[in-house]
Amino acid sequence: MSPSTASTDLPASIREPVVEFVDIQKSFFGVPVLKGVSFRVEGGRILGLVGENGAGKSTLMNLLGGNLQPDAGELRVEGRRYAPRDPKDARASGIAFVHQELNLFSNLSLADNLFLSDFPLVEPRRARFPPPEAPGGQNRGHAPQRALESKSGWRRRLRLPWIDRQTLHARATELLQQVGLDYPPQTLVERLSTGERQLVEIAKALSADARVIILDEPTTSLSFRECERLFALMNRLRSRGLALIYISHALGDILRLCDDLVVLRDGEKVGGGTAVEFNHERLVSMMVGRQLSQLYPNRIQPSAGNSVRSDADGTDLNPPPAEPSTPVLEVRSVSRPGAVRDVSFSLAAGEVLGVAGLMGAGRSELARILFGLDPHASGEIRLLGRRLEGNPRQRIRRGIAFLTEDRRHEGLCLEASVAENMALVTLARHCRTPVRWLDSAGIGSAVRRMREAVRLSPTVLESQSVRTLSGGNQQKVVLGKWLLAEPRVLILDEPTRGIDVGAKFEIYQLIHHRADQGAGILLISSEIEELMGICDRILVMCQGAIAGEFQRPEFDRERILAVALHPSKQ
Amino acid sequence: MTTHPSNAARLTKDIVGSEYFVLFLCLAVFLAFAPFTPGFASRGNVANVLVACLPLLVLATGQTLVLITAGIDLSVTAVIGLGSVVGSLVMGGDAGWLRGSPLATPMAVAAMLGTGALVGCLNGLCIAWLRMPAFMVTLTSMMFCSGLAVWLARQAVHAESIYNLPPAFLALGHPGGLGALLVALAVLVAHLLLTRTLVGRWFYAVGHNPRASLVSGVPVAGVIVGAYVLSGLFASMASILLTARLETGSPNHGKTLLLDVIGAAVIGGTSLFGGKGRVLWSVYGVLFLTLLGNGLNLVNVSDFLITIIKGGVILIAALLDVWRSRIVRGS
Repeated sequence: MSPSTASTDLPASIREPVVEFVDIQKSFFGVPVLKGVSFRVEGGRILGLVGENGAGKSTLMNLLGGNLQPDAGELRVEGRRYAPRDPKDARASGIAFVHQELNLFSNLSLADNLFLSDFPLVEPRRARFPPPEAPGGQNRGHAPQRALESKSGWRRRLRLPWIDRQTLHARATELLQQVGLDYPPQTLVERLSTGERQLVEIAKALSADARVIILDEPTTSLSFRECERLFALMNRLRSRGLALIYISHALGDILRLCDDLVVLRDGEKVGGGTAVEFNHERLVSMMVGRQLSQLYPNRIQPSAGNSVRSDADGTDLNPPPAEPSTPVLEVRSVSRPGAVRDVSFSLAAGEVLGVAGLMGAGRSELARILFGLDPHASGEIRLLGRRLEGNPRQRIRRGIAFLTEDRRHEGLCLEASVAENMALVTLARHCRTPVRWLDSAGIGSAVRRMREAVRLSPTVLESQSVRTLSGGNQQKVVLGKWLLAEPRVLILDEPTRGIDVGAKFEIYQLIHHRADQGAGILLISSEIEELMGICDRILVMCQGAIAGEFQRPEFDRERILAVALHPSKQ
Repeated sequence: MTTHPSNAARLTKDIVGSEYFVLFLCLAVFLAFAPFTPGFASRGNVANVLVACLPLLVLATGQTLVLITAGIDLSVTAVIGLGSVVGSLVMGGDAGWLRGSPLATPMAVAAMLGTGALVGCLNGLCIAWLRMPAFMVTLTSMMFCSGLAVWLARQAVHAESIYNLPPAFLALGHPGGLGALLVALAVLVAHLLLTRTLVGRWFYAVGHNPRASLVSGVPVAGVIVGAYVLSGLFASMASILLTARLETGSPNHGKTLLLDVIGAAVIGGTSLFGGKGRVLWSVYGVLFLTLLGNGLNLVNVSDFLITIIKGGVILIAALLDVWRSRIVRGS
C-alpha cells in the first residue's frame, strides 16, 4: 500500500510547516544527545520518526512536548518561535503527546479523563438581565442551554466551580464518536482494552484542539485489529489537516502509514524524505549505520532433528518428518476454562518452537500455565519425562525459565541495579549453607560473564538502576537473568517488543545459542516474520486452542495469518 | 563567590550524598549541644544515651526489615505492651503462674518472644496470603493487642501494672547487662542478614517488585511473613528491655515510641516505598533522635516541645531525602 496522496489536494496554506525543528541541540550531563537536528512537520501528513533506541527520538519529542528545553536551536510552530516551559504550554500551543505508557486514570470515567485539565463549568451568573446583543431569535439555537440555565440557577448563585455535567457528557460523546469508540462517557477507563485506551488518549488530544499529535510507540501492546483501527483513525485525522508524528519500531507500519520519514542515529538526522523513497532495507541500514545483510541470524549448528534452515524455498514437498530428538517438554491436553482448550504439543531439545496467534488467542495464558503462575483444570505437563508441578519457584529448579511480556512489571526490579536483577534467579547457587551466606565474588563474576554474553552495551554500569536503561538493554538484562539459570526450557513471551533492530538481532542470536546448548525454546510473538525468521516450527493458536502447525519448509505468512484469524478455513 | 566553586560543590555533594550523612548530623547535634549543656559530653551521659536508645534501636531494626519489603508495621508498640503483660503474668507479680520458680525468667522471656512472633506471623499471613494492605492489618492488630493487654492485666491483677518481677529478669535491663548485649547482637545479625545473605537479597527484591520477584522464583509470601515475624520478635525484645528497666509489667510501655520508630528509619534514609534501606542507617537515625531528645531534655525543654521539635526534624528529614537524591543526581 502506498502512502496516501490526499495531502496534495489540500490548500497550500495547510502544506505550510506546522512545526519546524531548527538545528536543535541537547546534552545530558555533557553527553550530546541531539547534535543539531533540523526538519519540518507538515499539516495533513504523517511523519514517521525512526531510529534505534537512544538515537534521540524521545528527547526530540520531549522538547516538542515541553518536558525538556533545548540547549541550542529553535522550535517553531506555524512560523512563530515556540519555547514551551512545560507540557501545559505545549498543550496551549496545540501539541498533544500520546505517551507509550498511557497517562489515563483507570478509576475515572471516560468523560472525566477527557476533560480532566479543563472541565466545562457552570458559568457563574454575571448579569441580572440577558445581554442586549442576544436577540430572542438566536436564542432558539441555544434551547438546551436555556433549559440548563433554569435547572442550575441555584448553583450559579452559589458561585462555586460546579462542573457542567450535561455539556461534559455531550462533548465527550462527540469526541468518542470522532475516534470511533462506542462507549457511553460514564464508562470507567479500567473497563477498556489497551487499544481502546490509546484511542481515548487521542480523543483527549482532540479535546485540547491539537494541531500536532505525537504518537510514541502506540502499537506495542495492541492486537492486530486494534492496530488497524488506530491506523484508520490516523488516516482520518490526516485528512482533517492535522500533523501527526509517529514513532515506532515496526518499520512495516511506518512504511505503510507515513508520508514523510526522518531517520535519526546517534542524535543526528541521517536521512529523510517522502516515504516512497524508502524501503525496508534502506531504512534499516540507515538506522543501524551499517548494512544489515539479514534481519535474522542463521544458526551455525543446526540441531539434529532439523537440517533445513535458511533455504525455505528449497522444496515445496513435505520433507520426511524430522526424527524428533528427546522431548524436553511435553504438554498433553492442557485446558483452563476461558484461557486455553485442550493444548497438546511437545518441544524437543535444541528446538525453537514459535507460537503465533492474535492477541487474546491464549498464547500468554498457556505460557503462564506452563510456568506455574496460573493453574490448569486438566491435562498434564512433563519436563524431561517427569511431571511438572508446583509454583514457579519449584519449576525454575526443574529448569524452566519464563521471560514475560511485561518487562517493567514482571521482568525487572526497576529501581534495583543491573547486577542485582541479573543475579536474582540464580542467587541460591552462590550460597553457602547453613545460613545461606552469599558468595558475592561468585555472583559478581557470573554477572560479568553474562553481561559479556548478552552484549550489554559497555556504557552500562553494573550498579546502575535498570530504570535508566533503554528497552533493548533492559530486555538483555532479563534474558541474562534467565540464561544464568541455564534453563532446559526457555519460554519467551514477546521478547523483542519495543526493541530496536540491532538489539533484536542480538537477542535472536542468544536464543539460538541457548537452543544449540540443548534447551527447548518456546517463542511467543505477534510478529509472524520474526517467528518465520528464527523458529524451526510454528504453532498457531486461535481462541485458546492450537489451530495449526507449520514446519519450517511450509512457512508462509499469509497461511499462518489465515489460520490465526479463521482456524476453520485452513 | 568562592574561587573553587567546583570543589565546594563536590564537597557538599560528597557529604550530602554520603551513606554516613546522618552520622555526620549526629556529630553536628553533639557538637552543637556540648558547649551549652553541662554534662552532655560526659562519659556518664554518653553511656546513658547509648543505653536509653536500645529499645528504640531494636524496634527500628525490625521496622527497617518490614519497610524494605514495602510494608509497614504499626503494631510494634502494642506488641511491647502485650508482651510485657504476658511475660509479667508468667513470671511474677502477685499472680504469676511460675512465681518463685527458677524457670520463671526463661519461660517469661520465651512467652514474650512467642507473643511477638505470633502477632507478627498473623500480620504477615493476612498481608501475604489474604493480600490485605499492611497499613490496615497492622493498625487493627495494634488496636487488638493493646486492648488485649489491658484486658489481660485487669483480669489477672485487677490493675494495669504488675510489680514484683523476679530479680533474674530485672538483671536483663541493667545497663551493659546481658539484655543489652543480646539486643546489640540481634541488631548486628539483622544487619548481616540483610547485607550478606540470600534472604536479605530476597527482602530487597520483594520490596522493589513483588510480581517480578515471584516470577524469578523468590518465595514472596515467605519473605513477607518472615519480615513481620522478625518485626514482632524485635518488638518483644524491646518489650523485655523496657519491662526489666522499669521493673513493671504494663500495657502502656512503649506507647509513645511509634513516631520515633518510623521517624528513625526515615531519617536514616529507608524508603517507605520499599527496596531501599539498611539497618545501619536506622542505627544512625535512632542515634540522632535520641541525642536530640537527650540534649533538649538537658537544656530543660519540656517534653511537649521536644515532641514538636522531633516531628519537625522528621519532616525535614523526609524533605532532605528528596533533596539529597536530587543533589546527588544533578551536577
